[in-house]
Amino acid sequence: MKKLKEKLAEKFLLIVSLISVLALGLIGVFIFREGWPAIRETGLLNFIFGTTWEGTKGIFGVGAMIIGSMVVTFVALVIGVPLGLAVAIFLAEIAPKRMAKIVRPATTLLAGIPSVVYGLFGLIVVVPFVRFLTQKIYGSQADPLISSGLGVLSAAIILAIMILPTIVNIAEDSIRAVPREFKEGSLALGATHWQTIVKVLMPAAGSGIVAGIVLAMGRAIGETMAVIMVAGNAAVIPMSIFSKVRTLTGNIAIEMSYAQGLHSSALFATGIVLFVFIMLINSLATYIIKRGGIISE
Amino acid sequence: MNNKNRFQQKIAFGFLWSAAILTVIILAAVLGYIMYRGLGKISWDFLTTVPKKMGQEGGILTPLIGTLYFVVLTIIIATPIGVGTAIYFTEYMKDGKLMGIIRFSTEALAGVPSIVFGLFGFAFFVTLLKPITGGWSIISGALTAAIMILPTIIRTSEEALKTVPRSYKEGSLALGASHFYTIRKVVLPNALPGILTGILLSIGRAVGETAALLLTLGGSLRVVHSIFSPTRTLAMHLYLVAMEVGDFDMAFASGAVLIILILFINFLANLVIKSFKKA
Repeated sequence: MKKLKEKLAEKFLLIVSLISVLALGLIGVFIFREGWPAIRETGLLNFIFGTTWEGTKGIFGVGAMIIGSMVVTFVALVIGVPLGLAVAIFLAEIAPKRMAKIVRPATTLLAGIPSVVYGLFGLIVVVPFVRFLTQKIYGSQADPLISSGLGVLSAAIILAIMILPTIVNIAEDSIRAVPREFKEGSLALGATHWQTIVKVLMPAAGSGIVAGIVLAMGRAIGETMAVIMVAGNAAVIPMSIFSKVRTLTGNIAIEMSYAQGLHSSALFATGIVLFVFIMLINSLATYIIKRGGIISE
Repeated sequence: MNNKNRFQQKIAFGFLWSAAILTVIILAAVLGYIMYRGLGKISWDFLTTVPKKMGQEGGILTPLIGTLYFVVLTIIIATPIGVGTAIYFTEYMKDGKLMGIIRFSTEALAGVPSIVFGLFGFAFFVTLLKPITGGWSIISGALTAAIMILPTIIRTSEEALKTVPRSYKEGSLALGASHFYTIRKVVLPNALPGILTGILLSIGRAVGETAALLLTLGGSLRVVHSIFSPTRTLAMHLYLVAMEVGDFDMAFASGAVLIILILFINFLANLVIKSFKKA
């Protein structure tokens, strides 16, 4: 009787833990099933490389959105990575205890702020600032496509703030994981603390840091709400850092509320592209972590 | 030469300090600005009246109740599954193919963007299971969000279970208690604070989630009476009044309440961690 109960408990827990597998499988199956008709109708290559999207007219090409997602993410990394790395080095190496006690909870809190709040802040504070910049550069008569303040730069600034905690946490962990002897050896040879950080600690922590950056990239590509509130969402290839831009996530979120039939299917197909992108990026991160032998998170 | 290096280090450390200070300033700016614009509108009246005119007038009672229903239901669904999986990982699972598959799935789930969860929830819970879930409804949104927060609950519970000293377990087993009895009476109670922290973190995430809910929760402004009716959460309300109605004062007020909620949840989580460390 007791044995049977034990066996039952184990089997029950096994079934429970298979729910994650089932969920992932169902997500894959349903996104592909719903998105397939649009891809079949448009043709896979036309869908991915086509740069015209007119959802209600049945013209589906997500090329501009793929480029849009990449550009926004790239600019966000350009802003966020140096800042994040600097904070990580600060926390791991030179922060006085008191300062660390302020900075570390601050990054935790940054991670906890909902993306709609970032979006609202971006829309009311960052967008007008960027608009001011563009009007200084292009004059007040410029094309609204680049002078509204909504666009690549605004989205990237907000995303940079949002990915900061990911970069800081993982980079700090990897810097701390570097064996003490490395650092002591370098200092004993007469290198300054800064030289030791740049020439010894950073290279040794390299794979962990790269993995953190890749994970942050995945977060940036997947972010939806904050981006659609500040990106302007015009389905064009952004030709300037001030241009309005539409990301893959934005395409889905904006049009899903009224899309029907094949149009709706095309949005699911956009989801497939996004899903594949994220899976590739996360596999890359896992590969880098495993190869580097650093366990993060 | 030595002087030059020292000078270089001074400049570099100055940069590191500025980056750290900038991070704190950014946080203060975001929180401070939302509070500055939103706090003035918050009153007992604001919290306890229903929104009128698409949210331009009245208060935020319905989104508050909607948030509560949605979060509680999400946690009720996700916690047993997440903790169960963590127990299976730490207590029963031997390394092998199956372990690899389940691990891969939970890690992959953690990386899926919330809008993709939304698409899935819309196709599966809202459309296919409409006879059961009622279409756009609290239950559809909660089921979708439960899958989203599952990886967090699994990971934090697993860490908590791993910190229970082996000797506790061995003592119980040596006294003749069965494995499952030991898990229930010895391992779980000792891991409880850690598990609780994970649940609080997940609550924070569910409270702030929006993209997936836009496609599954329905966004209705009517007061909920069952888990099968549509509703909206506070975060959704913020987005909808800001972007579709264009009422930023209302959005800032909702944002301020949202931030207070998040701060409170964070505070609770810290409290649990601290009490855990003392014990």
